[in-house]
Amino acid sequence: MAEYETVVGLEVHCELSTRTKLFCGCANAFGAEPNTNVCPVCLGLPGSLPVLNEQAVELAMRIGEALHCEIRPSIFHRKNYFYPDMPKDYQISQYDEPINVDGLLELPDGSRVGIVRAHMEEDTGKTTHVGGGGRIHEAGHSLVDYNRAGVPLVEIVSAPDITSAAQARAYVAELRAILVATGASDGRMEEGSLRVDANVSIRRAGSDELGTRCEVKNLNSLRSLGRAIEHEADRQASLVDSGERVTQETRHWDENASRTHSLRSKEEAYDYRYFPEPDLVPLVPDEALRQRASSALGLMPAARRARLQAALGGAEHARALMDQIGTVIELSLDDLVLAASAGGADPKHALNRAANELASQGERARALDPVSFASLLALESSGTLSATQVKAVLPELVEHGGDPAEVARRHGFEQLGTEELESAIDGVISASPTEWERYVSGDARIAGFLAGQVMKATRGRANGKVVAEALAARRAGVSAR
Amino acid sequence: MSLLDGGVAELAAAVRSRQVSAAEVLEEALARIEEAETELHCFNTVMLEAARAQAEAVDGAIAAGRDPGQLAGVPVALKDNMCTRGTPTTCSSKILQNWVPPYDGTVVRRLAEAGAVAVGKTNLDEFAMGSSTENSAFGPTRNPWDLGRVPGGSSGGSAAAVAAGLVPLSFGSDTGGSIRQPASFCGVVGVKPTYGLVSRYGLVAFASSLDQIGSFGATVADAALALEVAAGHDPLDSTSLDLPAPRLVEALGEGVEGLRVGVVDDFLAEVAPSCSLAAVAAAEALAAAGASCENVSIPEMLLGLPAYYIIAPAEASSNLARYDGVRYGLRVDGPDVETMNARTRAAGFGAEVRRRIMIGTYALSAGYYDAYYGQAQRARTILIRAFDAAYERFDVLVAPSTPSSAFAFGAKTEDPIEMYMSDLCTIPSNLSGHPAVSVPFALDSDGLPVGVQVLAPALGEPVMLRVAAALEAVAPPGVRGPVRPAASSSAVATGGGGGGRAGEGGGEVAGG
Ligand SMILES: [Zn+2]
Repeated sequence: MAEYETVVGLEVHCELSTRTKLFCGCANAFGAEPNTNVCPVCLGLPGSLPVLNEQAVELAMRIGEALHCEIRPSIFHRKNYFYPDMPKDYQISQYDEPINVDGLLELPDGSRVGIVRAHMEEDTGKTTHVGGGGRIHEAGHSLVDYNRAGVPLVEIVSAPDITSAAQARAYVAELRAILVATGASDGRMEEGSLRVDANVSIRRAGSDELGTRCEVKNLNSLRSLGRAIEHEADRQASLVDSGERVTQETRHWDENASRTHSLRSKEEAYDYRYFPEPDLVPLVPDEALRQRASSALGLMPAARRARLQAALGGAEHARALMDQIGTVIELSLDDLVLAASAGGADPKHALNRAANELASQGERARALDPVSFASLLALESSGTLSATQVKAVLPELVEHGGDPAEVARRHGFEQLGTEELESAIDGVISASPTEWERYVSGDARIAGFLAGQVMKATRGRANGKVVAEALAARRAGVSAR
Repeated sequence: MSLLDGGVAELAAAVRSRQVSAAEVLEEALARIEEAETELHCFNTVMLEAARAQAEAVDGAIAAGRDPGQLAGVPVALKDNMCTRGTPTTCSSKILQNWVPPYDGTVVRRLAEAGAVAVGKTNLDEFAMGSSTENSAFGPTRNPWDLGRVPGGSSGGSAAAVAAGLVPLSFGSDTGGSIRQPASFCGVVGVKPTYGLVSRYGLVAFASSLDQIGSFGATVADAALALEVAAGHDPLDSTSLDLPAPRLVEALGEGVEGLRVGVVDDFLAEVAPSCSLAAVAAAEALAAAGASCENVSIPEMLLGLPAYYIIAPAEASSNLARYDGVRYGLRVDGPDVETMNARTRAAGFGAEVRRRIMIGTYALSAGYYDAYYGQAQRARTILIRAFDAAYERFDVLVAPSTPSSAFAFGAKTEDPIEMYMSDLCTIPSNLSGHPAVSVPFALDSDGLPVGVQVLAPALGEPVMLRVAAALEAVAPPGVRGPVRPAASSSAVATGGGGGGRAGEGGGEVAGG
C-alpha cells in the first residue's frame, strides 16, 4: 500500500448569539415550541422583505477580526434550491463578495490553518420525517419547524491546510474557543450551534497536488469529525490502491455504522443559480461599527494561553500542563488562575485546582471571586486546610461566595490550636503506648496509624500534614532526651 | 355631481368637515361597483365588511374630534398583489387563490392611517406578469371605454376602476409599465415613483429590483396626493430611501416656464402614429406654456426591453420559488415532496408565469449566467448612464406611454413577444429606477384615450408632476375618465362627468 497524506479543508457553520434573527425581529432562541419564533419575514410569506440585523454584522466582524481576516464591504446573494425547510426556496447568503476573507488560525501546537472566508448567511428550518425510519423518501409525512429559519450563521471556510484527523479536531476546538471568546457564539456542537463539514482528499506523501475531494456531512461532535476523516481517508486510499478513482461527491457520515455513504455526486449537484439579492443593499460597515467590533473583542485563546504559560514560568515548564491549560481556557477560568497567582498563590497550584475541582463545577465556576480563590489556596499551602477540606469548601465558595476561612470554620475545618493538637497527641500516646514505642524506635509504617488516631480524636479537624509534622516533632523530642 | 367625481382632496375635506360621512361615500362607491362589476370585473375581492368597519372608524374619529388624515373617507382600490391582513391576496393566481395574509403591507397601513377606506382588491395579470389582465386566473378586466378591449396591465383592474369612476383612487405596482400602460389605455393618470420612494413591504414580489407601488387618479393632483401619503422611508424595506415623503401637491400649479424638456426621439418611430403624435403635441403644448423643448435621441432606451425580459424573469424565477405547496396556497399532493412541488406549481401557475420562470431559470443557470443575466445587467448600466447624460441637459423627458391604444381581447395573446412590446416605452424607467407618469393627452381615431409619459431623474417627482399637471391643463376635452362602461359596438366613448378641461394654448389632438 502506498503512502498517502490526508488533506482536509473544513467548513464550519456557526450560529451567532444574536438576540434576534438575521433579517427579522423574531427571537433567536434554541428549544422553543415549534413555529413560535416566526413572522412573515422568516416564514418567507409573499410580500415580506429582509432587513439586515446590525448585531449579526458586528458579530461577524468580530469573527473576522479574531481570525485575522480582511473585513470588506460585501453583498448578499440568493442561493436558489427547493427544500421544504427553506421558506423562500432560496437562502440569502454571501457568495463572491463575503464580509471576511484571507485570515488564519494558529493552533496550540503552533501550526497554522488558512481561513479562505468567513461569510454571513441565514439558517434553514428543521425537518422531521415521520415514519419510514426518518428518511425523507420513505417518510409518511414530514414536519417542519421554522424557528431556526433565518437564524444568523457565519460559515468559516478553511484552506485545505489540515493534514490529519487530530489536526482537524484541534482546529475545530480552537475555532470553537475563539468563537466563544469573541462572544459571537455559544459554541455548542450538541445543540447545532456549531456544525462542521469536512472536505477530505488524499495524495501521495510529499506531493503538492490536490486529489479529488469528498465532502463529508453530519459531523456532530469532535469525535465524529476525527473518526469520519480517518475513515474517509482510508476509503479513498483503498480505492486508489485498487486502481479506482475517487469521485467528487457529498457523503454522509453514519456514526453508528462508522462509515460514510454517498448522498449525491458532482453531476447531480445543484445549480444554485446565485444572483445578487435585490432586496438588500450592499453592506459597507462604517468606522463606528468597525471600532465597536474590534473593541468588543476579548483576549483570544492563543493570547490567553501565552499569558498562562508565562505565569507558569514559560512554555517549557508549561508543556506538561497543556491539558490543564486547555481546560482552564475552555471554561474561561484563566483569569482566576492569574489573579490567584498575582495574589501570591503558586500558579501551578492554582492551575491544578482550577482545572480539576473548579472545572467540575462547570461554567458557574467563573463566578468565583479571585480574592477568595487566592486566600483559599493560601490556606491550603500554609497547611491550615487539607486538600480534602479545600475540595469541600470550593463548591460553597462558588455557590455563595464569602471568606474561605469563615466558610472552612463553618464546615468545622477551623485550625486546631497547637495546644489542642498536642493534647490530642498526648491522648493517643497514652492510649496506644506499644504503637508509639514502635514509632519512636523508627518503625515508619506505624506513623499512619498514629496520625489516623489523632485525626479521629480531633474529629477530622486536624490537617494531616500538620499532624504528621507534630508527631515527628514529638518523636524527635523523645529521641533527643 | 357626486363628490366621488370631484377631486380627492375636496372629497376628504368634505368628510373631515362632516359635510358627508365616510359611510355615505363608501356606500355610493359600493353601489357603483355593484352596478359595473359584472361588465368590468375590476375586482377579485370587494371588502364589504372591512370597508364598512373602516368607514365607521373614520366617522367615529371625526365625531370624537380627531382628524383621520388627508385621505379621510376616500375609497381606494388596491391591486391584489398588495398584502391586506384578513383579506385574500391572490395575485390573480390559482396558487394563492385562498391565501389570506396575516399582515398589512406598509402602503396599505399608511393609507388606513391617513383615513382612506380600502374597498377591494383589483384584478391583475397573474403575479403582475402581463400587459392586458388577460393573464388573470380569474378572468380579464374590461376597459370601460370599450368593453371589447383590454384595460392594459398588469394593474388593469386598478386603472379601470378609476376610469369608470368606481373609486377616485387606486394603487398598482409597476415593474415594466404596469401602472403607466393601463393608465394610458384607460385615460387616467398613473405614477411610477422613484425606486425606493414607496415601500415594497407587503407587495408580493415579481421582480424586486424593478417593482414599485404607485397611484392611479383621475387627475394629476389626485394621484400626487395619494403618492404623498404612500411615500416615505420604511425601515421594513432595506431598499426604501431614507428620506422624508416629498411634498408633491403644493407645487403642481407652478407651471413649466423655463423648464428644459427633451422629447425622446427613439420611440417615436416605434409606436402607433396616435401615440407619437400625442407625445409631439405634448411637447408643443409645453413649449407654448414656456418650456424649452428639444428632440433628443437616446438609442440606449431600446436596450431596455431585451434587458428587462432577462432581469425581470430571472428575479421572478427566484421570487416565485416559494409557491411550493409546503406552507400556504395551493397544494397538489404527490408521492414525495418533489412531485408535490412540481404538481402544485404546474397546476397553480398560468402559462405566462411558467414561461417567465423558465426564461429566468435558464438565464441564471451555470454557464449561461454571464451571457444572459450578466449581459442584461451591463445593458442596464449603459441605459442608466444614458439617462444620466440626458438629465444633464434636460429637467424632464417626454415620450409616448405605449406603442398603441387599448387593443382588443385576444389580439396579442398568441404572440408573447408582441405582448412584451407593450412595455417598450415604459421599461427604461424601471431599469433606471427613475420616476415616470402617464397622463391622458389625446383620443385616437377610435375615440380611445392615449397617454403621454413624463420622465424625470431620481426623486424628480415634484417637477415631473408639475409638467404632468401642465399637460393635463391643456389636454383636449374628453381624454380622461370617469367613463360609463361602453359596449364594444359603440366604438367611441364619451367622457363622463369629469371630462378634461378645454385646452387653451395648444393641445392638438392626435389622429389615429
Ligand atoms: Zn421572523
